[in-house]
Amino acid sequence: MELIRIADVQKTYKNGVVALYDFNLSIKKGEFVFIIGASGSGKSTLIKMLYRAEKPEKGSIIIGGINVAKLKDRKVYILRRKLGVVFQDFKLLPKLTVFENVAFAMEVFGCDKNEIQKRVMQVLDLVGLKHKVRQYPNQLSGGEQQRVVIARAIVNKPKLLICDEPTGNLDPDTSMEIMKVLDNINRMGTTVIMATHDRDIVNRMQKRVIVIEEGKLVKDYERGQYYHEGAKNY
Amino acid sequence: MKALRTIRRYFRDAVKGVVRNFSLSLASISCITITLVVVATSIIISYNVENFAESIRQDVTIVIFLDSDATEEDRNRIEESIRNTGNVESLIFKSKQESAEDARNENEIFSTIVDGWTDDTNPLLDSFMLKVKDVEKIKENAEDIKELDKVNSVNYGEDIVDQLITVFKVVEKIAIGAVVALIVVTAFLISNTIKLAIFSRRTEIEIMRLVGASNISIKVPFILEGLFLGIIGSIIPIIIMIYGYISLYDFFDGKLFSSSLAQLIEPYPFVYLASLLLLGIGMLVGMFGSWRAVRKYLKV
Repeated sequence: MELIRIADVQKTYKNGVVALYDFNLSIKKGEFVFIIGASGSGKSTLIKMLYRAEKPEKGSIIIGGINVAKLKDRKVYILRRKLGVVFQDFKLLPKLTVFENVAFAMEVFGCDKNEIQKRVMQVLDLVGLKHKVRQYPNQLSGGEQQRVVIARAIVNKPKLLICDEPTGNLDPDTSMEIMKVLDNINRMGTTVIMATHDRDIVNRMQKRVIVIEEGKLVKDYERGQYYHEGAKNY
Repeated sequence: MKALRTIRRYFRDAVKGVVRNFSLSLASISCITITLVVVATSIIISYNVENFAESIRQDVTIVIFLDSDATEEDRNRIEESIRNTGNVESLIFKSKQESAEDARNENEIFSTIVDGWTDDTNPLLDSFMLKVKDVEKIKENAEDIKELDKVNSVNYGEDIVDQLITVFKVVEKIAIGAVVALIVVTAFLISNTIKLAIFSRRTEIEIMRLVGASNISIKVPFILEGLFLGIIGSIIPIIIMIYGYISLYDFFDGKLFSSSLAQLIEPYPFVYLASLLLLGIGMLVGMFGSWRAVRKYLKV
């Protein structure tokens, strides 16, 4: 079943830079997709359009039946409730504990307190941080912070998890731990889309890989077909 | 149940917002406090000026002298004509005997002169004392009355009254203008202070939007926070207002320049009404400021 369909999308920034051009892509439910490409290739623009932080000027982006390209500002929350987003720079609230940071995402829906307690502990267990619930983000390592972000992203059981270079600030070992967590989440049925620079990770994971160059989709490797000789990073 | 929980969360978040960002909250609160103190002063001044103006207006009397040969019939006819103007607060007839009696009581010199008069030799004239409802029409009324048959003369201290009316109109307009201008300036000042406070929390708003909070559920806690800041900010101005005005009133013994015309407004219930007004302004201005400030961050 198709979860995302991107058709004829074009995006030009105000300064005239064309970020994406004539872009088409289809992603099925339950897939794990890497999006790779050099800085400035349009990779981040694509990711941002998926959670409607950017709007395409042409074409359509349909996610789970919602046309994101035509979504009004005040209705964006309807889309955001169906997906989780993980960032390179975490975006945790420093004044809230690990537990509160994750619970925050449930509170905005007006969930019941017991329900929040139960579910937050469940996802923190899933990412392996059950023992750090009372700590504050600045008391955690980078990898642990990223795991909190992942926990926050999946706490509302989204169908889609969007990751924008989640390992960009982490060392290789920690990166692989994060990838294990993401793989686990994917195995439980959540579609995962991840933009990355890290070819090593892409090599090891052996998933579907989409290569973007200068705003165009240049290659679409099926699972297990992608392997990049020797290269560590772009 | 869900709605109730949401409302409770709004309030909790608003209180948390005030407490957790205390230094910036304090900036907003002091901003509201200072301006409300100034607004309070303007309110006291403008209301008292208005009060002086009102008491002077109420005191303006037109004296209408009748011709010495005016009959009882003329008197009734004139009285009816005056009442027909529709601008009559009170109308008292004063016969020349009564005027003589008043003069006699005024001082001893008058009293000896008046004693020498009889009803026939009394040189005074019968008169009407007219107090008007609308002092602005006084000139028009006076001229109409003057035209009536058997009216000798009409007197109301034309020049002084005209001037006073003009002056009070100007003072009133300036005072109201000043209060309105102050409130508008305060609203924008507070809006900017709160914007600063919210700027430091834009990540929070961004994350709220990312995890799927609707615009309303983001706005409401911030607007409530502004409301709380407004309430807290109006506490000191209200205290200053109540105690300040009461002690001012006691100090002057209720009147300025020991004149019975320049009466200060009674402290009760004036201070309570004015305090309510301050509280209302504080609340509105706080909410408006927050609303204006948070709007900017809800576009992404």
